[in-house]
Amino acid sequence: MTGIYLAGALSLAAFVFLNRSRIVNYVLVIAFLVLQVGFTVHIYTHFNQTELHYFTADGLGILLLVTLTIISIPAVYHSYVYLGSKQDNPKHTAIYFGSVIILLMALSAAYLSNHIAVTWIFVELTTLSASALIYHRRNNRSLEGTWKYVFVCAISITLVFIGILFLSFSLPQAGTEDLSFRHLINKGHALNIFWLRLAFIFIFTGFTAKFGLVPMYTAGIDAKDKAPSPAGALLSSVLMNVGFVGIFRFYTVAANTPIHAWANHVMLIAAILSIFVATVYMSRVKNIKRMFAYSSIEHAGIIILGLVAGGVGYYAAVLHIILHSFVKSSLFFQQGQIYRIYKSKSIYDVGHYFKYNQAGAIVMLLAFFFSSAMPPSGLFISEFMIFRALFEADYLWLLVVVMILLTIIIWAFGKNVFKLLFTPAVEFKEDAIEKINPAESLSQYIFLGLVVYLGLNPPQQFVSLIQDAIQNLAH
Amino acid sequence: MTNVLLLMFTISLLYLGIAHRLLTYIKILAVQGILLFGIAFIELIQINAVNLALILLETIVFKTIAIPLFLQYVMKRNRITRDAEPFLPNFISLIIITLIIITTFILSNTIADSRISKIFFVVALSTLFTGLYIIVTRHKIITHVMGYLIIENGVFILSLAVGNEMPVLVNLGILLDIFASVFLLGIFVNRIGDELKDVDVDQLKSLKD
Repeated sequence: MTGIYLAGALSLAAFVFLNRSRIVNYVLVIAFLVLQVGFTVHIYTHFNQTELHYFTADGLGILLLVTLTIISIPAVYHSYVYLGSKQDNPKHTAIYFGSVIILLMALSAAYLSNHIAVTWIFVELTTLSASALIYHRRNNRSLEGTWKYVFVCAISITLVFIGILFLSFSLPQAGTEDLSFRHLINKGHALNIFWLRLAFIFIFTGFTAKFGLVPMYTAGIDAKDKAPSPAGALLSSVLMNVGFVGIFRFYTVAANTPIHAWANHVMLIAAILSIFVATVYMSRVKNIKRMFAYSSIEHAGIIILGLVAGGVGYYAAVLHIILHSFVKSSLFFQQGQIYRIYKSKSIYDVGHYFKYNQAGAIVMLLAFFFSSAMPPSGLFISEFMIFRALFEADYLWLLVVVMILLTIIIWAFGKNVFKLLFTPAVEFKEDAIEKINPAESLSQYIFLGLVVYLGLNPPQQFVSLIQDAIQNLAH
Repeated sequence: MTNVLLLMFTISLLYLGIAHRLLTYIKILAVQGILLFGIAFIELIQINAVNLALILLETIVFKTIAIPLFLQYVMKRNRITRDAEPFLPNFISLIIITLIIITTFILSNTIADSRISKIFFVVALSTLFTGLYIIVTRHKIITHVMGYLIIENGVFILSLAVGNEMPVLVNLGILLDIFASVFLLGIFVNRIGDELKDVDVDQLKSLKD
């Protein structure tokens, strides 16, 4: 089935690229979504089975694949709304949807891959397709964003490759070995420490470009800002998750070797710096989309803190990344509607959103509360567990610092969101505004509802999948 | 013989530090391609013939001929001026690149692993850092691409160190090479030249907070 899926998605993408007719485009994209859903169901029902030698349906892969499929359907819908509002020409539409299909295909394959080199290949493919999405508007600034994204991602993908080379040096005897994660975990204690450390540094740094952590987070910010908002939603949720997959799977390997404590320190530094950077920029950024992007950096930092803390933190980190995907994508979907009303992303030009789009304004308000981890948001549960894990792991001083930084972030985020919702906009002409259909906010409500449901009352299936994902980490 | 070629490769890095013109950079990249061809040929002679042919073809056709020609074409098409415009004087660049080589040399002495030959490690790592140094200290966007290509060469050398045992990794490196350089240069030839007339990093400053 995996083979059928990859071949089917690639050929559908090729047809979408070549096709210029609007109706055929709808049909092809819907065909891809059907394929994606079918594939997800297939993977879900074939738990822990390996296909094509390199793709295993393990807990983490299934969870993220289901998340991806759930997010991809509204993303396609909002993309059609976005492209319709801009009257794009058929060629640009074709490139856009072709890239979306390739991106989703590469992400699904990267989630499921059980071999570090295969993960690497598909992550490389996501750079290619994501940059076509970022460049969609074809103006100077989107060109700049694309160039930076491509360059930083090219460097970081090279770093990951160097890491893989060092990893191959660390194997005890050369020749027959393969670099699958399972094999590396089993061989954990036989790996050479020196090379393993170098490998960890390089692979971790390389994947931070996708996950959005210090040091390589910068390109992602520009990318999420310049990409159309439905694509931005994909970039800041499912594409972020692929970085997490890379880091998490390799961290699982490192956790079964003597370098575990050392790796924790490296990740701790990156996590704290990420939250700090997010705090600094959140409190002065004036562009709504960039603000959301920095909020993703903050959450990435919290997730890594969960891994560092260990214990219940492992569970919470996986829970957090899934819930964050839903919250962040609904924020980005909603941002597309805000832009259509105000024709601006600057916080200075917006205001009184309740008056122009009530359904959307409630989404913004709820999504703000949810993403700043206030109850009943599921993120409250996961963040609380991460803090508890930090407390139990004797990181008290760290916890205090993180709490202070998070408070500043909530203040900065809230200041801007309340300005958007309640303060009247200066010099805003009301007569020409577009009427937004409240039904466009439906997907956001569903996502936010899902966040509450999965956080407060997780189904048994969901819990056992997370437990499967973290089974190789010592509790 | 491999050692001689690797040393020549290191010397080409020093030359890179004092080169003034972009054309010289392009020539150095071509020479590095030939050197990599030699190293790959000697090192990997035992692996399967088809795979070896692929690797050799990539070094000679892609690294030595296609990319330098393509870079030249980009320069002509976008009317890029011939000077490399470093932020630092060439003398300091030379010293810094020398320091990079010495540091990696000292670092490599701490490795206690008989399986990996240290000279590969030294040359690969110093190439890597020289590439990063070139990216950081040159003014034009096209020199960034060249710096990236130098990094790629370093990665290629590193992958040759395990090439006999895992030829797959060398192939992956080639994949990276072709994908990334075609893609970077592709954007370059299509758009950046048309939209940003004087191709300069200072023009990439509108996205910020």
